[in-house]
Amino acid sequence: MKRAISYQLSATSLIFFCWTACYAQHISSTELINKAKEYDGKNVVYAGEVVGDVMARGDFVWVNINDGENAIGIWLNKELAKEIQFTGSYRAKGDRLEITGVFQRGCIQHGGDMDIHAQDIRKISPGRLVKEELDKGKRNLTFILLGILLCLALIFARRRGSRIAIS
Amino acid sequence: MILKPQLQDIKNIGYYSGKIIIGIGLTMLVPMVIGLLFAEINPALDFLIATEITLIIGLILTGLCFTEKNLNWMQGMIVVSLSWLAAMLLAAIPLYLSGHWGSYLDACFETMSGFATTGLTLAQDLDHLSYAHNLWRHLIMFLGGQGIVIVAISLFMKGLSGAFKMYVGEARDERVLPNVINTSRFIWLVSIVYLILSTLTLGIVGIANGMKPINAFFHGACVFMAAFDTGGFAPQSQNILYYHSLSFEVVTIIIMLLGAMNFNLHYRIWTGDRREIWKNIETRTLCITIALTFLIVVIGLNQVGSYPRAIIMFRKGFYQLISGHTGTGFATIYARQFIDEWGNLALVGLICAMALGGGTCSTAGGIKMLRLGIIAKTLIQDIKRIILPERAIVEQRLHHLKEIFLEDKQVRAALLITLAYLALYGIGTLVGMLYGYPLLDSLFESTSAAANVGLSCGITTPGMPAGLKLTYIIQMWSGRLEFMSVFTLIGFFIAVIKGK
Repeated sequence: MKRAISYQLSATSLIFFCWTACYAQHISSTELINKAKEYDGKNVVYAGEVVGDVMARGDFVWVNINDGENAIGIWLNKELAKEIQFTGSYRAKGDRLEITGVFQRGCIQHGGDMDIHAQDIRKISPGRLVKEELDKGKRNLTFILLGILLCLALIFARRRGSRIAIS
Repeated sequence: MILKPQLQDIKNIGYYSGKIIIGIGLTMLVPMVIGLLFAEINPALDFLIATEITLIIGLILTGLCFTEKNLNWMQGMIVVSLSWLAAMLLAAIPLYLSGHWGSYLDACFETMSGFATTGLTLAQDLDHLSYAHNLWRHLIMFLGGQGIVIVAISLFMKGLSGAFKMYVGEARDERVLPNVINTSRFIWLVSIVYLILSTLTLGIVGIANGMKPINAFFHGACVFMAAFDTGGFAPQSQNILYYHSLSFEVVTIIIMLLGAMNFNLHYRIWTGDRREIWKNIETRTLCITIALTFLIVVIGLNQVGSYPRAIIMFRKGFYQLISGHTGTGFATIYARQFIDEWGNLALVGLICAMALGGGTCSTAGGIKMLRLGIIAKTLIQDIKRIILPERAIVEQRLHHLKEIFLEDKQVRAALLITLAYLALYGIGTLVGMLYGYPLLDSLFESTSAAANVGLSCGITTPGMPAGLKLTYIIQMWSGRLEFMSVFTLIGFFIAVIKGK
């Protein structure tokens, strides 16, 4: 019985340790922006969704990663960027990546941009295409309004016609 | 004695407002078509619903208030100010239906910010917004920058007299061509030629920077509309920082400066009179104020040591300054960086640049260069009067399209509008402070809203108090219309209540 309890405790501790190692170190974009001087030049772990274009610049690429608060530019090796399959837009949810790299408050290499030079990336969850379903409420409202609009146009066209006839 | 408005006044105002509303409704078909092209069904429906509601209201107004009489000055001014409010309310419908704005007030804030070419945004999850809605955000800047009324004048107006009264009501007291309808059409011609050239340039720069061609040209068109109309919206949440590109920043600086130029100067360039640019008081004043405010910003930034290299000073210091001075509001830094990294002196330099604005008869907001030039010349004239013998005749001339002798009525008008702007900046600051924001933050945001700039130090967020949102909406509206139409509207309502 004692052995079983100790196994359970060990397993729980291990899971908790792994969980904290994986996620507790993530720094939010708001914290990075608000405490930029504090984190400047330090290794950080940042996670979020890839949004917009993957912009190739020589052997590197720029990707912008949004953690739900802000998006931050990530300077990434082209080889590492091959892992990215989906980028966030109206049509898609982008891949969620965990970036490990050096945070720069005003990157000298990139004209003072606040960015992260990635050393390693890990895909937390893959992105997907978003299927758009027709909103029936909106469709019905469109038809109702169209009917009203046509009726009004007809009424005022007749009034205008009679005004022209009188004059 | 105040006279109560007559039924004919109401009919005239209703009829012409209705025409402008129909014009706004028709422009909503553009994003609807874009939505269909990109197979964005629900966004296309949002625009169809908004178009139908707008056309219904426009038809009711033009039908019930039909008149063949021309507008007088009071009616013209009221039509303009009311049309801007109607445009804000109606253009917000598709944005609100998209679900990216927290409330209808937020959507109205966005549309007033767009029409007034301010660029403060309350959009949520902008990076997932549809092409159709994103285009609409930028298109309303394009329409508002040229003038909502100018759209209607170019399309529907026949009578010159009424058209001119509305044209003036929209803060354009200069005509490029003798006929106001031709002036409106010229403004559109210039804008569309620049739109094509700049979209191509920005699109090519975007592709060279690694963007997908479709996105590069879409962003090119949107960024041009925001830059030339000194607006400041951008398709992505990071604004211009998204592109991480020096070449993109250089091209947008050129477009912002073109947007801050008087349309009369564009006309002179088109007709080959390039000397006018260097002789004109507005260009000279703009060069001086850019140099002075940039000097303040550089000293301030050096004090705090934020940008140690020249290229960084250019891309962060100079870029935000040009963006603020022209009233655009593009940013290559995050909002909080202004407060955390710029220091008080650099911020004051930027606030001064924002408050001054660009050229008259341009798409820029703020006090404007011609007024500043007139006030500076008057000051010099008065100093000369004190220094020179009493019998000396002191005349002051300025060159603005032609040689002009400075008269008291010009000085009075320039000073009045300048004072009104300063009061507007002050009132917004006070309201910000009443909500608990620090003085400098409040002053920055208030000046940005009232001078139709759009740079933010972090106050403008979806979570800010509703009262402050309303205050900024009023500031953007009255700042863009340069007060006269707004004052006339207030006077009209007083006359309705108290008139006999």
